[in-house]
Amino acid sequence: MTVKLVVGLDGADTGDRALAFAKDLAGRMDDCQLILAYVIEWSPFTFQTPEENAARHKRREEELATANERVMDPALAALKEAGFDAVGVVRHGDVAETLNAITSEHKAAQIIVGRASASGFAKRIFGSATQNLVMHADVPVTVVG
Amino acid sequence: MKINNKSLCAAAFALMASPAFAQEAMGIDEKVNAVFAKVTGPFVATIFAPIPGTSFPWIVMWLVIAATVFTLYFGFVQLRYFRHAIQLVKGDYADPNDAGEVSHFQALATALSGTVGLGNIAGVAVAVGIGGPGATFWMILAGLLGMASKFTECTLGVKFRNEYEDGTVSGGPMYYISKGFKQRGLPGGGILAVMFSIFCILGALGGGNMFQANQAHAQISGIVGDYPGWITGLVFAGVVFAVIVGGIKSIANVTEKVVPFMGVMYVGASIIILIANYELIGWAFGQIFAGAFTGLGVAGGLVGALIQGFKRAAFSNEAGVGSAAIAHSAVRTSEPITEGFVSLLEPLIDTVVICTMTALVIIISQQLIIDEATGLYMLNEAGSAIATVDGNSGVALTSAAFGSSISWFPYVLAIAVILFAFSTMISWSYYGLKAWTYLFGEGKTTELVFKLIFCVFIVIGAAASLGPVIDFSDAAIFAMAVVNIFALYFLMGFVREELQSYSSRLRQGVIKKFAGS
Repeated sequence: MTVKLVVGLDGADTGDRALAFAKDLAGRMDDCQLILAYVIEWSPFTFQTPEENAARHKRREEELATANERVMDPALAALKEAGFDAVGVVRHGDVAETLNAITSEHKAAQIIVGRASASGFAKRIFGSATQNLVMHADVPVTVVG
Repeated sequence: MKINNKSLCAAAFALMASPAFAQEAMGIDEKVNAVFAKVTGPFVATIFAPIPGTSFPWIVMWLVIAATVFTLYFGFVQLRYFRHAIQLVKGDYADPNDAGEVSHFQALATALSGTVGLGNIAGVAVAVGIGGPGATFWMILAGLLGMASKFTECTLGVKFRNEYEDGTVSGGPMYYISKGFKQRGLPGGGILAVMFSIFCILGALGGGNMFQANQAHAQISGIVGDYPGWITGLVFAGVVFAVIVGGIKSIANVTEKVVPFMGVMYVGASIIILIANYELIGWAFGQIFAGAFTGLGVAGGLVGALIQGFKRAAFSNEAGVGSAAIAHSAVRTSEPITEGFVSLLEPLIDTVVICTMTALVIIISQQLIIDEATGLYMLNEAGSAIATVDGNSGVALTSAAFGSSISWFPYVLAIAVILFAFSTMISWSYYGLKAWTYLFGEGKTTELVFKLIFCVFIVIGAAASLGPVIDFSDAAIFAMAVVNIFALYFLMGFVREELQSYSSRLRQGVIKKFAGS
């Protein structure tokens, strides 16, 4: 049976570290699929101007295209070249909730993310996406330091 | 832009320091006022003409009859689908694959930031000041009925919007009138759409602009002392110019985020005042009910209370006016009717909750003078409104009412008024622009022309006195309702088809909540 691992990418070092760890893990297994997930932080409960609303659909398409082009496609290409079985998902939403939702949809066994980069004051006030994920995920979460 | 605004402010304050200049400036204000009143007079008189043989303006009847017709035609949709509307706003029926598109909540919040504003603060004070506490009753009733009008127009707004190749959308009455009439094979859709667009531009310049600038100036000068209105106008125009022409989104973004908190704070402060005076709440409601049916000696009596209540409700929540249909059109949904359900919450929040809070605070703080001998309200010297403790009217009356319980609240209110005025102006500049581009076509130059006209009217609005401005603002907004409601009668069949289809699919479980919601 194929073991599926969800890897959270963020287009920065944090995601790269998570991906490196996941590759290492997948390399040790016979049959493993990596599901790369990139979540564009977005909430349906924000306040916007009429102009922003009118242009929102267009902006969303651009955001998805940029995320695929800059983060997802290069990562997938590199994995395929190295002989890994991998798919990619780019979606808007709350990072922790969306990663968990993607995991359930694919019936994945584990989520691998990098340690959140937020530090100091902001982190104390708002917490971090990683903390939220660890607290609420339905499957085990590996946080790569 | 920053440099321009700063230099404008510096110049304005330097000029204010000179007494001779202040006198001359007051003269400019008076001249602007006189010319404005003369120019807009005939238009205002036509819109507010009384029904022959009565003192009842036909336009008020027009709005109330429409709201009643829609309420009955859709079988009290505002009650039957109220819970469903809340579920839609919460996102219970939102497809996760549509994440990142405009949500129902965002469309509602955007439309609300265009309507919640000075109508709720100053407009209610005008209604209660002229029509007495009884106006509140009619205002609430108009708000509840208006929910059905809003439902009708917003469903059509989404159904007939234009979606362009680049992914942007444009919607509103001008689109559903022209497309809907064509689809039904009815003549005159094009002409009606053009008429609506013209009135929408006037409404944007009036209620969505001049009234806001005028009352923002009244609020500021009430705190810092009297100074010429055009100075406030210039500063406001500068900031609005920076946003709508200069594209400085950060100002609009900050306002859009602060305004909802201001709204919550306003309601919170009202509740605190009501709790502190809880023993008067029963009496206040007594005044509202008694006034609604007897007039309590107010100028115009019962009819005066009714007219004021209906007028201010319509002006505040804009149900039947068609403006919200423009704002709601941006939502991403395959079911236009869902946006109709969501939009019916708007008059409820705007009028039934926020306006009622303002009215209760004004009544409970006893700013309106009651003749102890008769128990009736005393009229002012001119006999045009109820006498108030300090002779205040409009936003100053609301400010005094809040100030009598929370001494520092007028300062918070001043900030709220400025922000509300600003966010309403930004929203209406968009509504006006959509009407303008419908008439003259999309394009940078045509858009710029409208935006410049919009900024000029801010200065005129701040300089003119309340009377002519409020008359023109009302007249322009109600003129939109004349065309819009006329068209809605012909198009409401579309909404009923949508409603029947949706409700049967909802009952059969074809439309269901998404997992995890």
